[in-house]
Amino acid sequence: MKLTTVWLNGLWDRNPGLIQLLGLCPLLGVSNTIDKAIGLGLATLFVLVMSNASISLIRHLVDEAIRLPSFVLVISALTTSAELLMQAFHYPLYQSLGIFVPLIVTNCLILGRAESLARREPLLISTMDGLAQGLGFFFVLVSLGAIREWVSDIIILATLPAGAFIILGMLVALHQVIQKLLKRFRSNTKSDSKRRRVRTTGEIS
Amino acid sequence: MTDLLLIIVSAALVNNFVLVQFLGLCPFLGVSSRIDGALGMSFATTFVLTLSSVVAYLLQSLLLVPLDAMWLRTLAFIVAIAVAVQFTELAVKKASPLLHSVLGIYLPLITTNCAVLGVALLNTNRAHTLVESVFYGIGAASGFSLVLILFAGVRERLQLADIPETFQGPSIALITAGFMALAFMGFSGMIRP
Repeated sequence: MKLTTVWLNGLWDRNPGLIQLLGLCPLLGVSNTIDKAIGLGLATLFVLVMSNASISLIRHLVDEAIRLPSFVLVISALTTSAELLMQAFHYPLYQSLGIFVPLIVTNCLILGRAESLARREPLLISTMDGLAQGLGFFFVLVSLGAIREWVSDIIILATLPAGAFIILGMLVALHQVIQKLLKRFRSNTKSDSKRRRVRTTGEIS
Repeated sequence: MTDLLLIIVSAALVNNFVLVQFLGLCPFLGVSSRIDGALGMSFATTFVLTLSSVVAYLLQSLLLVPLDAMWLRTLAFIVAIAVAVQFTELAVKKASPLLHSVLGIYLPLITTNCAVLGVALLNTNRAHTLVESVFYGIGAASGFSLVLILFAGVRERLQLADIPETFQGPSIALITAGFMALAFMGFSGMIRP
């Protein structure tokens, strides 16, 4: 797997927040202000990078049958350290995030990356994938937080839970539109080059 | 008695776990495309949620508080939940193979359902007693099931609807969930939190 595809997947093509829809609970739960969004985004990024790296390191030692419990243990140990670090250095933020800090353990994105990639790939690619997916998640979380905070002056709905769902739905739709335009643009350039090709044998697939 | 009733109503409707507190969204969007899948998931989750809130309470009062190790609660609770899920799977397999074939695929997913860990953590945060913990778990589970089944019903009808191309797929599902959350806000006038 190439590093460019890893980065493209995390940031755009298979963005965790907009396409895979993983880790939705923190995405919607803490995005009512931009401060909380940045705080939890960084904490999740930390846990995701570290868990991808450590799971990639222990990938030969862990037996197939017990892999899920051991991944969960690794992730919860890392989450506990993130929790303790946040308590030590940024206690007000820790209090405002509430139970969403310990709930990083059950963020499906982290276990999903461990299960689908980090247990097969070497250290460098796993770490980069953690960074890419984590940053993709971070950007969606922060932009949702920014939109909700700015719009809340005009439309009160944006601060309410209902507004979070609707705005994220709009963002997903926007991503779909841009993706479709990109695809059309790419296929246009591709079909131009195809047309020029001389047809010599039967069917061209 | 009224206190316990209030806990259930508050957890199920007023502070609904899915639509107000944003917990358990992965299964909410993941298994809500058909009603029978949603039913299976809600039975399995209800059982595990109630069981794990009891186990987490016992773990906290008998082990973590005496040992002064509350900082280990995330680790301890997630292990307890994983054990509860595994135990449920074994028990269901032994007792009713038919039920196991229906619920089987949903059980492993529950370990990463944040509503389950969320209930355990909120119980310790609010210093609930054992009975209150059980009722809070039941309330949370019934709220989760109610919303999941309702949402599955809506999504089955959405398949026949004429949706603009841009909004097809997860986008319209999220917006629908937003309108359901708007409807659930009506309950917030019922009880003062």
